[in-house]
Amino acid sequence: MRHIIVLVTALVLWVTAGGPLAAQDWEDRRVFGTPTSNEATLRILSSTDTVFLAPIIEGFIRANPDWAVEYLVTGTADADMLFRAAPDRYDILISSAMDLQLKLVNDGYAHALDGVEHPEWAMWRQSLFAFTSEPAAIVLNRAAFKGRELPQTRQELITALRERSDYFTGRVGTYDVRRSGLGYLFATQDARVSETYWRLMEVMGALNTRLYCCSGDMIDDVAEGRILAAYNVLGSYAAARQEEDDRFAIIQPSDFPTMMMRTGFVSVQSVHMDEAEAFLRHLVAAQTGQGAQAATSPLPPLAVSADGSAGAIIPLDPSLMAFQDRLKRRTFLEEWENAVIQ
Amino acid sequence: MAENVHISGSLRRRLTFSLIGGAAILAATLYLVARSYSAQIAQQGQDNILGAAVSSILDVAIMRDGAVEVDFPYASFSMLNTPSDDRVFYAIHQDDTLLTGYEDLPRAPIPVGEKLGFATVEYAGTSLRLVSASRTLVGADLRSQVTVSIAQTQDALAVAQNRISRNVALFGAGFFLLTALLSFWASATTIAPLKRLTQSITRRGPTDLSPVSKPVPSEMAPLVGSLNTLMARLEQSLTRSEEFIAEAAHRVRTPLATVRAHAENTYQRVEREDNRAALRAMMRAVDESSRAAGQLLDHAMVTFRSDNLEKEQIDLVALAGELVRNLSPVAEMKDIDLILQGDAVVEIEGDAILLQNAIRNLIDNALKYSPVESRIELNVTATPRPQVVVCDQGPGFPPDRMQALTNRFSRGENAGDTVGSGLGLTIARDVVAVHGGSIHLSNRAEGGACVTLSF
Ligand SMILES: Nc1ncnc2c1ncn2[C@@H]1O[C@H](COP(=O)(O)OP(=O)(O)OP(=O)(O)O)[C@@H](O)[C@H]1O
Ligand SMILES: [Mg+2]
Repeated sequence: MRHIIVLVTALVLWVTAGGPLAAQDWEDRRVFGTPTSNEATLRILSSTDTVFLAPIIEGFIRANPDWAVEYLVTGTADADMLFRAAPDRYDILISSAMDLQLKLVNDGYAHALDGVEHPEWAMWRQSLFAFTSEPAAIVLNRAAFKGRELPQTRQELITALRERSDYFTGRVGTYDVRRSGLGYLFATQDARVSETYWRLMEVMGALNTRLYCCSGDMIDDVAEGRILAAYNVLGSYAAARQEEDDRFAIIQPSDFPTMMMRTGFVSVQSVHMDEAEAFLRHLVAAQTGQGAQAATSPLPPLAVSADGSAGAIIPLDPSLMAFQDRLKRRTFLEEWENAVIQ
Repeated sequence: MAENVHISGSLRRRLTFSLIGGAAILAATLYLVARSYSAQIAQQGQDNILGAAVSSILDVAIMRDGAVEVDFPYASFSMLNTPSDDRVFYAIHQDDTLLTGYEDLPRAPIPVGEKLGFATVEYAGTSLRLVSASRTLVGADLRSQVTVSIAQTQDALAVAQNRISRNVALFGAGFFLLTALLSFWASATTIAPLKRLTQSITRRGPTDLSPVSKPVPSEMAPLVGSLNTLMARLEQSLTRSEEFIAEAAHRVRTPLATVRAHAENTYQRVEREDNRAALRAMMRAVDESSRAAGQLLDHAMVTFRSDNLEKEQIDLVALAGELVRNLSPVAEMKDIDLILQGDAVVEIEGDAILLQNAIRNLIDNALKYSPVESRIELNVTATPRPQVVVCDQGPGFPPDRMQALTNRFSRGENAGDTVGSGLGLTIARDVVAVHGGSIHLSNRAEGGACVTLSF
């Protein structure tokens, strides 16, 4: 009998400690704090690089010293897939792909929190909470534009690329929207607003654009000069990198801005519901509380414009589900491939 | 007055309750109707938006190369945004196979002749409002039925409905309170004439039998009419019976006087002792009857005057003095001293004829029941209250049933063969009573009866 109990306990521990997940190929995986028991570990599945969230997680651990946080990083599309497959394995899901997040909440995967003080436009169903505002940016290699004016709009970028098409061939980059959820979100929102997007894609396609999974890689390559221009890069990542690396310029297109909000929610099947709620409240408070955290955190805060409205931010509402539609996505990707892959 | 009336309920309360009850029923009905109507309107609003979204998707469905393409506009979904962030589910079917959207989302049956079908369904653990519409697409060599269904939770609707319900409830409660207040006021004003009538009748003097002359509401007219008739009949029968008594007494007295005269005449001429005794008995009986008739007449007069009492300022001393003067011849026949003592002037409000009658009866008794060569004292004093005391030196009242002597036709054993009817003290008592005073009989320690009239 005793043996059986020990066996079962061991099995349970192995499962909850993420035994089978060990096989998962994480971009990053880090445990904050020292758990008093295996039970007291929050599991956060996220598309955000660890450095950006580390100060907030550490703040949470300081306030809850008995708890540990296991922070698991993967791409947005991947995170969505993993979470849908096993919503009980994660307590919190953080992602920059607003559309995927909203659809998860709509499909009933999120737990609603009572009484969170948050702007109406920055949350959905009291479940999904936005905690950053981040622009999509153009990142340019300064050396490549030496003695020339930096293009400030998409149209100017098109012109600049066309003028020196031989120079730029094979040296431009953007998201592979088929693989990246955030890339797909940026692309669909761009396409919704303006035809310019398609023309830019055709030009970049003609230049044999490289396709990336993640903003980090794009910024690296622009800095190193492997590519000279990258479109729809996460402005916040670029800004963070620029603090120690001045070889590239960040342009926020002035024709129309595309602003994304990073969002998080508590899994409806979370096994540590109270702690997960507490973490999310901590996260939201840190990102909106009068810039308290903003100074120390590399993560941009939720920008509330003077009139309290969302500004140019992609709205957090059911319209996000439109491009998540299977048929619509297929049509969009076909069109995108036609433009980009030539 | 009210203690001998049987009371069942109150008109005013009944009126108030029926008004308030009516108001409550009205307010409740108002609440229910307004709520269901507003719920209907709110539902209509959601249905319209869902219908528009479904139509906008269905509009762009086309058949290309034998395959259905639905590149629906972004707005189809953005229009479904609600303040409560309602969840949205959708499905697009080609014939019976799911093209895209949520699996096993039901389709709302579309009534024949209608473009849209509406239904409320359970899906994903909640209740949803579902709208479906379909269209036939014609390709090169096939026809296909495309059905678009969109469903939405009803959180915003529930919020709106709760708000409306609360407002309507507040409105209903206010309406009810107002009508309740109004019904108190209404019943009070309705009942007011009845109160006024009661007051005017209560305030009347005890003998005022005149008809009610103030105008009354038409509903009260029959009641007041009957009341007036009743009072008129009462007054009539009262007067009639008093007149009748007076008339009867008068009619009896005259022939009695004749009989008495004849008997006396005969008595003078008859010698035989037994005949004389018979005649004496006869004369005595006649005297008794005559006295009774007189006293009855006086009593009737007292009753009548009491009913229509006319008070004036009267000096009791002067009144007693006059009586003493009138009766002293009778007193002298019995060698009785009739003495008037007391204050100089004692004034009261009253009816002189009645008071005279009362005091005369007292002196009359004193003279009648006192022995010869005795004293009768009349004491008229003003303090502490106006009083008339008549005392004699006779045998006094029979002590065992003294107070009963004031009852009608009651005479004491000491009356013996003194002529009398037993009404004298009754008259005195009634006269004092109508002047708000009292009569008191007593015997003096040194012998003799005393009667005190206090006003
Ligand atoms: N002064 C008195 N002394 C003794 N007894 C009296 C005196 N006055 C009245 N009574 C007694 O009270 C009785 C009632 O008196 P009351 O005056 O009512 O009747 P009455 O004198 O008998 O008849 P009448 O109606 O003719 O006066 C008398 O019958 C008598 O017995
Ligand atoms: Mg008498």
